[in-house]
Amino acid sequence: MIDTRNLPFVAALVIFLVAYAACVLQFPNMLSTRVIGNLLTDNAFLGIAAVGMTFVILSGGIDLSIGSVIAFTSVFVAVMVGSLEVNPLIAFAAVLVISTAFGATMGLMIRFLAIPPFVVTLAGMFLARGAAYLISTESVPISHPIIDAIQGFYFRFPGGGRLTAMAMLMLLVFAVGAVVAGRTRFGANVYALGGNPQSAELMGVPVGRTTVGIYALSGFLSGLAGIAYTLYTSSGYSLATVGVELDAIAAVVIGGTLLTGGAGLVAGTFIGILIQGLIQTYIVFDGTLSSWWTKIVIGALLFAFIVLQRGIVWYSDRRLAEGRLKEA
Amino acid sequence: METTSLLEARAIGKSFLGNKALDGVDFTLERGEIHALLGENGAGKSTLIKILTGVYTRDTGSVTLDGSEITPANVADAQQLGIGTVYQEVNLLENLTVAENLFLGRQPRRFGLVDRREVRRRARSLLQGYGLDIDVDTLLSSHSVAIRQIIAIARAVDLSGKVLVLDEPTASLDSQEVEMVFAVLRRLRNQGLGIIIITHFLNQVYAIADRVTVLRNGRLVGSRKIADLPRMDLISMMLGRELQDITREHQATEETIAAGEAPIRFTGYGKRGSVTPFDLDIRPGEVVGVAGLLGSGRTETAFLLFGIDRPDSGTASIDGTDVRIASPVAAISNGFGFCPEERKNDGIIGDFSVSDNIALALQARQGWAKPLSSRQKAELADRFIRSLDIRPPDPDRPIKFLSGGNQQKAILARWLATEPRLLILDEPTRGIDIGAHAEILKMIEQLCIDGMSLIVISSELEELTAIAHRVIVLSDRRHVAELKGDAITADNIMKAIAAPSQTEAA
Repeated sequence: MIDTRNLPFVAALVIFLVAYAACVLQFPNMLSTRVIGNLLTDNAFLGIAAVGMTFVILSGGIDLSIGSVIAFTSVFVAVMVGSLEVNPLIAFAAVLVISTAFGATMGLMIRFLAIPPFVVTLAGMFLARGAAYLISTESVPISHPIIDAIQGFYFRFPGGGRLTAMAMLMLLVFAVGAVVAGRTRFGANVYALGGNPQSAELMGVPVGRTTVGIYALSGFLSGLAGIAYTLYTSSGYSLATVGVELDAIAAVVIGGTLLTGGAGLVAGTFIGILIQGLIQTYIVFDGTLSSWWTKIVIGALLFAFIVLQRGIVWYSDRRLAEGRLKEA
Repeated sequence: METTSLLEARAIGKSFLGNKALDGVDFTLERGEIHALLGENGAGKSTLIKILTGVYTRDTGSVTLDGSEITPANVADAQQLGIGTVYQEVNLLENLTVAENLFLGRQPRRFGLVDRREVRRRARSLLQGYGLDIDVDTLLSSHSVAIRQIIAIARAVDLSGKVLVLDEPTASLDSQEVEMVFAVLRRLRNQGLGIIIITHFLNQVYAIADRVTVLRNGRLVGSRKIADLPRMDLISMMLGRELQDITREHQATEETIAAGEAPIRFTGYGKRGSVTPFDLDIRPGEVVGVAGLLGSGRTETAFLLFGIDRPDSGTASIDGTDVRIASPVAAISNGFGFCPEERKNDGIIGDFSVSDNIALALQARQGWAKPLSSRQKAELADRFIRSLDIRPPDPDRPIKFLSGGNQQKAILARWLATEPRLLILDEPTRGIDIGAHAEILKMIEQLCIDGMSLIVISSELEELTAIAHRVIVLSDRRHVAELKGDAITADNIMKAIAAPSQTEAA
């Protein structure tokens, strides 16, 4: 029997498979490893950021700073490597430390100043974007042997598709994220916080440590997503990735995570990313559709999923009430 | 040999902002004992519990557990020492499975990862000890409140193991479920655990407790073995009156009451799990008092009448026509007003000025499209500040800076401004000083003379005997008696409360 908690995940999976099958019926070429490989690569940075967002939303919070942190990271790395000629690996490490500390600071403010996550991360969004402008307002191209090597690294699928380093990184992040969420005490605490912070505290969950950890994780993954984005575009640009946090939220919710927190799966977010990628791919194949259709379909799906989640909550409440009536 | 008591609290004192919440309270819990802690609102029960469970730290006094002094710094600390708590509602997480709830924060691990199979195995064997054979992988939300309560008890005992504190564990259970939880408690008692239980249901106190301790106004009234304590004595301990006291007899005159058919009638009004269906009719110029212990359904009755809770049975009629009162807005448009008990949370808007607070209900009735002009508001505020003698007489002062009595007057003014025909007052004199107390009672009498109908809920028996023309007595969420005229005495009210009700709690 399927746990009602995971019904939205199953629904997302079914929708993806049905939609993919429909696409393939219309464009048989879409069933190729090439398409899948590109889909994974094109959405790698979004997927990595969405894993962080999954933890944040599972805990009942929100992180609006993701897009800005990605832009900051890409500009920071591009300037460090391109203009200052720092070793890319050092630049990567530095930017990950910065973004993690940035996320942790937001977590501290949310917990200890009791400011809603929406407000804190909104401030973080402006701050990170502003810092990116401060470093450079131009698009900074980068080129370095190490970066070229990473960009050139891939596995070839049968059929010509490529599993690039960025796609592998995303898959790794999803795998680790799923284990952390499902099999560690930290993960259990995240779900507990999302269920009911007061109860969680009364049950001995270290609420402060967990909150800081969640936003630090989101900051870290935003930094990592920024690195993936830099590799993907071979440049850093402070105007890039505006609104990526919203795409990430959409992927998380379409993947079946309850927007109010407490229920959902990291694997669901992966499906959410695949659905978004599939829509984009379909539009490319069709060739006549405006790319804004991506947004429209995502919007419609979001509505559908929020209604589905409400419906499940309502249904299980009612079933419980009926069960109690029968007992009485 | 164990000669010391399990838990001993001596001369516990605790103040909040100069108000003494607890004053020299002693409390002793033995091993293998179920000890009920009783008292009305504000008696200091929860403060005492919170000191024992580490939520608050005591100002004075000492607490010893197993003979050694303890000062739990927080809940986790108290748990470690052996004192576990189960709260009425918020104690477990509905979005997690039963097993996850039982072992949250202390999951067995293998290679650094949570060992789910082990969690399940331990959860199953733990619950088997409580005679609970449920699938531990199901979500907590799919289980009834009683099962959840037992799971919470299992977790608390497994975690702590010496003292179990239950804060109103049965408030939302039906009688079968209560019995289920009690069976678990009896078994734990027989295993030597000390159990402290807070409940408002006297039937349950007599069903489960070995001993009771009664607090009133932050002081210890007494601690007795339940076997030698008649119900009547327990109630008088709680309400703070001795039976032989000379009671102020019924004072309200019948003259104010309009003759003829009562224009406002509620028939068979009730809501499952809240208040058993009751009939109520009220005439202009009449004060109907509502008496009962805390948790007997007093406030629930008011919520039902004012449309905050929707009734699931019965009808309301005004002037002979049936009306549906499904929301406070509907109640207001039918000419009802309601001053709630929780003034701070439900009544005042602290940062609003006195005049804004007064204008609120009138504005709500007019609809937001027609805002009251600031001149109208000023006139309104002026009129009531003068007529009710609200002090300081400054309409622009944020209401949170006024004393409790003056806040209460402002809320009264809010409803009087709408010129209601029925005004429901829930504990209108709680937490206000003696002077304001008398003024509010005088005002109620005056409103009555002016032809308003009033329903006054109060735990002050003298108040009810002084002002009410009729008193409805509630017990275990049921209207058990109605007293009229000279029959309205404090003794009769207490007798009605004490009469064992036919059924257990609804």
